[in-house]
Amino acid sequence: MSMQTFRRKYPTGVNGASPVTFRFNGRQYGGFAGDTLASALLANGVHMIARSFKYHRPRGILGSGSDDPAALVQVGADPARTVPNARATELEIYDGLEAFSQNCWPSLAIDVGSVNDAFGRFLPAGFYYKTFMGPPGNWMMFEGLIRRAAGLGKSPTAPDPDHYEHVNRHCDVLVIGAGPAGLTAARIAAASGARVILAEETPELGGRLLSIEPSSRTMDGQSIAEWLQDTEADLTRSPEITVLKRTCAFGYYGENWVALVESLQDHVPEHARRADLPRHRVWRVRTAQVVLATGAIERPLVFHGNDRPGIMLAGAVRTYLHRYGVLAGRTAVVFTNNDEAWTTAFDLHAAGAEVAAIVDTRDEPGPNVTAKAKSLGIEAFTSATIVETKGRRRLSHMSVMSLDENKQLTGGPRWLYADLLAVSGGWSPNVALFSQSRGRLQFDDTLQAFRPERSWQAERSAGAADGVFDFAACFASGLQAGAEAAQAAGFATDTPQAPACSVDPIDGESGIEPAWDLPSAKPPARTRAFVDLQNDVTSKDLQLAVREGYVSVEHAKRYTTLGMGTDQGKTSSLNGFGVLAGALGKPIADVGVTTFRPPFKPVPFGAVAGQHVGDHFHPRRTTPMHTWHEDQGATFEVVGDWLRARAYPRAGESFEDAVQRECIAARTQTAALDASTLGKIDIRGRDARTFLNRVYTNAWMKLAPGRCRYGLMLNEDGMVFDDGVTACISDDHFHLTTTTGGAAGVLSWMEDYLQTEWPDLDVFMTSVTEQWAVASICGPESWRVVGALLDDIDPNPDAFPFMSHRTGHIAGVPVRVFRISFTGELSYEINVPARYGLWLWQQIMDKGEPHGITPYGTEGMHLLRAETGFIIVGQDTDGTVTPYDLGMDWIVKSSADFIGRRSLTRSDTSRADRRHFVGVLTDDPAIVIAEGSQVIATAEEQDPRTPMIGHITSSYFSPTFERSIALGLIDAGRNRVGERVYIAQRDGEPIPARVTQPNFMQHFGRAT
Amino acid sequence: MSHYSLLQLARHSLNGHVGWTPAWRSSGLKERYDAVVIGGGGHGCATAYYLAKEHGLTNTAVIEKGWIGGGNAGRNTTIIRSNYLYDASAAIYDHAMQLWKTLGRELNFNVMMSHRGVINLAHDDNEMRQLKRRVEANRLNGVDAEWLDARQVQEYCPIISISPDARYPVLGGTLQRSGGVNRHDAVVWGYARAASALGVDIIENCEVTGLEVQGRDIVGLRTTRGDITCPKVASVAAGHTSVIAKMADIRLPIESHPLQALVSEPVKPIHNCVVMSNAVHAYCSQSDKGELVIGAGIDPHISYTQRGAFPIIEETLAAILELFPIFSRLKLMRHWGGIVDVCPDASPIISKTPVRGFYINAGWGTGGWKATPGSGQVFADLVANDEPNKIAAPFSLDRFTSGRLVAEHGAAAVAH
Amino acid sequence: MFLIPCPFCGPRDQSEFSYGGEAHIARPTEPEALSDEDWANFVFMRSNPKGVFAERWHHTAGCGKWFNVLRNTATDEVLASYKTGEPPPAVAGFQLATPSGEPPIGSGNDGTKVVP
Repeated sequence: MSMQTFRRKYPTGVNGASPVTFRFNGRQYGGFAGDTLASALLANGVHMIARSFKYHRPRGILGSGSDDPAALVQVGADPARTVPNARATELEIYDGLEAFSQNCWPSLAIDVGSVNDAFGRFLPAGFYYKTFMGPPGNWMMFEGLIRRAAGLGKSPTAPDPDHYEHVNRHCDVLVIGAGPAGLTAARIAAASGARVILAEETPELGGRLLSIEPSSRTMDGQSIAEWLQDTEADLTRSPEITVLKRTCAFGYYGENWVALVESLQDHVPEHARRADLPRHRVWRVRTAQVVLATGAIERPLVFHGNDRPGIMLAGAVRTYLHRYGVLAGRTAVVFTNNDEAWTTAFDLHAAGAEVAAIVDTRDEPGPNVTAKAKSLGIEAFTSATIVETKGRRRLSHMSVMSLDENKQLTGGPRWLYADLLAVSGGWSPNVALFSQSRGRLQFDDTLQAFRPERSWQAERSAGAADGVFDFAACFASGLQAGAEAAQAAGFATDTPQAPACSVDPIDGESGIEPAWDLPSAKPPARTRAFVDLQNDVTSKDLQLAVREGYVSVEHAKRYTTLGMGTDQGKTSSLNGFGVLAGALGKPIADVGVTTFRPPFKPVPFGAVAGQHVGDHFHPRRTTPMHTWHEDQGATFEVVGDWLRARAYPRAGESFEDAVQRECIAARTQTAALDASTLGKIDIRGRDARTFLNRVYTNAWMKLAPGRCRYGLMLNEDGMVFDDGVTACISDDHFHLTTTTGGAAGVLSWMEDYLQTEWPDLDVFMTSVTEQWAVASICGPESWRVVGALLDDIDPNPDAFPFMSHRTGHIAGVPVRVFRISFTGELSYEINVPARYGLWLWQQIMDKGEPHGITPYGTEGMHLLRAETGFIIVGQDTDGTVTPYDLGMDWIVKSSADFIGRRSLTRSDTSRADRRHFVGVLTDDPAIVIAEGSQVIATAEEQDPRTPMIGHITSSYFSPTFERSIALGLIDAGRNRVGERVYIAQRDGEPIPARVTQPNFMQHFGRAT
Repeated sequence: MSHYSLLQLARHSLNGHVGWTPAWRSSGLKERYDAVVIGGGGHGCATAYYLAKEHGLTNTAVIEKGWIGGGNAGRNTTIIRSNYLYDASAAIYDHAMQLWKTLGRELNFNVMMSHRGVINLAHDDNEMRQLKRRVEANRLNGVDAEWLDARQVQEYCPIISISPDARYPVLGGTLQRSGGVNRHDAVVWGYARAASALGVDIIENCEVTGLEVQGRDIVGLRTTRGDITCPKVASVAAGHTSVIAKMADIRLPIESHPLQALVSEPVKPIHNCVVMSNAVHAYCSQSDKGELVIGAGIDPHISYTQRGAFPIIEETLAAILELFPIFSRLKLMRHWGGIVDVCPDASPIISKTPVRGFYINAGWGTGGWKATPGSGQVFADLVANDEPNKIAAPFSLDRFTSGRLVAEHGAAAVAH
Repeated sequence: MFLIPCPFCGPRDQSEFSYGGEAHIARPTEPEALSDEDWANFVFMRSNPKGVFAERWHHTAGCGKWFNVLRNTATDEVLASYKTGEPPPAVAGFQLATPSGEPPIGSGNDGTKVVP
């Protein structure tokens, strides 16, 4: 293991007492608990860890958190657990962590892909739009190469073994970010009794307080560490607060609905991860008020050669030093356009690094910093810029040149030798969430950045997120925001008392001067100043975009892919706008910003899906008899959400044979179907009849109690959308049935009309689908079984006529029996309270046994009804079929209006040559047409296209007629009865067939 | 307009690409045009291009409220296919498909048309029936389409889960090999560049504020950048069609809904085709950059906010994980919404209106992108000749009166 | 993810409701008396405005009642809710606003102007 030669001390950020070993690109390194992969690698002197997206250029560590653009690694090699594009600056190390560089082959050091870099000049922004457009398929050739070169890490190739969860929370104040502003905001809000959630992206509270020299300030006389301990203890004491660490607020949606993602296990050694905990948890929070204390993001500077490993943000250098005790280099240069970055030089100097120089683009940096630099003997170049850097995989030296009053280069270069270049182009308030909430931004000239101007939702920004940078002011701003938020949510707060914090003279000084695109000593063709370090977007690319007319900021972004990488442009967007503004000769405010889209940072798909995967993706519904079907080895089909027994194959019997056997039993002896899934709606009220008369196409005013009637429902467009049998229990009480899939839709559709169109009607509807279990017993012998079952009903068909129902008992259990048939055979539908369903079914099987009762499934039911030409809505209809198309004119009343009636007389709907529902019989009785087949008029297909005159909706081999039968919709089908048509075949000749009327029982003279 | 080619690229490379000229002229608004196209999306720019190229209407302007391609053209998941059920739909979408095949060369702008194949999955017996009906209809209509059983689906798309235990098991699917994806921005920019070269004015940041109607004729329109006299106005303002039509007192059978989409972080090639599932309501491909591009179903409510509800994203990703369990650890990088015009029969409106000279191309719902070239070409034909051609005729407004809908909704059609 | 104030249950998350489209389109009492055009107008034509819109919602995962909502479709601001059969409440004094911060152009929200 290599030594952590750059580790200086063990501050709060890492626990020096618990060393950790991990591997990077196969080599073992040491770090400490609390380290990120970035801080641990820097401690070991490793700077180059990645390759860029397009040119495969060496990439190091720029930032220290979720802002870093390019320090991305692949975590783990396990095909099920590996994670691509993990940010080294956020990834916490643990014993046994394996991380690899990605987007490079064969190795990080020698990467074949880096030839792109050599040809860089031939690959400007959008080069692919200008070539590879040759003959069809030409692009496909190049696409393969381009796809392989692009992408970053590798996807897992096995299913994710971990699980995720969603939780919902309501709160009064959601504080996002636990830096100085967020902590004080949360503390005062919690003290008010408000329900508070404090969400902190990193593993620790403190934010920027962890990135400054610990001894540089005191708060209320306490050291930073003490103050943080007190504050955290204080927070955890209040009962109404939830403090969430490792939790990122990633989406700010309508009316203060905010999504947070909490990482629970990624930082734990794999052997110690708990199976009972999710990997991530998404908190779906609806809150009265939000405090955005999301801090600020530092911008790098845009100059030729600004992308080498060893070039880091000045603030990040301080974070590594103070939070992780890591010195990011031996000899440093600081390059900036503002005072704040000078402290990096001072802190590095104090930590024992050599500071070669401070390079500042301004001619007059602030007096405090210049004085301090002088006292420390640090050389400072003012009105100067870095024009070039050297060092293949790590910065080694750089050259500085002076700027004249027009910010143009003057004089000769001077070489500076350093392995660390700390850059700062100023800080941008982190307004991503504010912008997602639809707050309005304004460009602030003193910050040279966008800041919140006006809110749209109930939120307020505090601290650096609001452009407030000096510490005292940050505390005050946080307190005020927290107090206001609590009060707005209806809680009284004590008067905000900001901690008295010792002042550092440099606090609040910035004196920033814009420096968006620094001049280069090289000709444009050889200058490469990077704006987006992940997507390799240079200032030249942006100028090219402008030259080619992509002047809208969104066009330029899309043309160059600026800020479209996994960092979503956190460090690059504003620099890009600055370069564009320069090229367009407009102020940045007029260039505008691109939309900040959620999520703030990438969130695993699994976390977004939460627990709603696998068996929890969508419910399966089962009937009371389900276990019996399973025990009988039934095969099931999903209908709506229901699992329905499709057939009951016996040992060694094929599915098809089982269906034939079941149907023969139904026609010759007796068979039973579990019909519990049928939609059932209990309708009561004085006007129930009138209501039915309006929703069904046929007449209901005269249906007598004890009788049943079949009905069709149309939508207002006149098309059939559901059907079923409804029984009249009494004049003000009906039992309506729907298709299995249609139940919920039909009920809400009827409720809609009842509540909004006919509120005057006295009708009440209740879904009773799951209250009744239903068994349908059919076949010539069925009446015997029913007789054996029922205590008090005479099943004799003469005494119990078709389309009527009775109320009776089986062994004292109340039942409703309907004498209705979907098969054309004598049949009885027995309804019992659901809890008796399984019992009823067993009774039927026992009492039916002497009569050879056979359970039959939905496939047999479909076949039997097809033999009689009954439709299945959704199979024989598709939302374009009227009752007339079905040949069911008899069911359309003329006496009164009903839903959809008017549509039936429109010119197209009343055409005589519409597609009609008919039977189709193949000449060869052995051929069973495939359902969905198209019907054509000719014996041969034609070129280039063959007109279609219809299609097959249902098709079976009928055991009753010992031949194939089919149903379908055919243009003017009823006028074609007896005519020859052909069924098109993908492979082979069209199948000759004849059109018949749909009721095969009648066609073959078997009708009763 | 500088010509694009590998040679030109190399030549410009030698002098740092300083020689390239704007892709389209930035032009001021004239007071008089022969035709004005409202909406600078894919369909709008295509319409203007074909008006100029095929009908000589070069004195044409495209009026765009924002930046061209900023609406649905820049927000869709770029899926291209033509395997629609009904003859009328197959005709227009396949017309578009044929144009896509050579569009890059026609426009001298690489639209990155990748014919990598589109699979539509069937998860239950009814879907099997419906998709088989569709695949047969496609074949007889000369649209390339084939049926795959579950095993063949996995052969074509090895990463898809065909586990029979899934809540929505993959039972089979249709494959259109000529289907695929392309680069949406490139299509818009390519059409704008080619149209501009023919004399069309591309007017950005210009919002239409009113239509000038005299009697039953359109005579011009008002914009935030001045008034225009014009005998022909063509609205291609997807999302805002009702808003434009209202300026001529026309009510349409259109509702505007949010439609959301998302991309993952880029990863190396893992998903080689386009997979769509109507039952779980998700579709997925992988962009050339490496991002998984995933689309959702529409939000149920009317909205012009270009924002939907986050639960739709949650449901969509749950559905994607049902089909692709290996994607669970990939990360959602960006999600967004657009505004789609939805027609009751899920088919477009390409039509004259009660106002002479005012034409509407709208109602493409969630599936307009794939039709862009065909839609632009037949719409240009309608605008130029004041009569719909054979392909456009079935999509006239009067179908809502006659009842002759092109009912692509329902199980038979996949919405996207 | 807006909140919908159910007149019977109070404010609830959008996800508890299902949508019913434009409100106040009464079903004709005598459809037979209508021309095909008028009937099509009832069945298909919608105003689909960008701005204040009266629409129907059903509290599916709640009380099961249908009711009406006034919402600004340009911003998803819910302005009022009221029971079926009641006239839409006046939203006098209400000034249409677009979300601040949206780009003034191309945001899809620029049909109604920003309140100063």
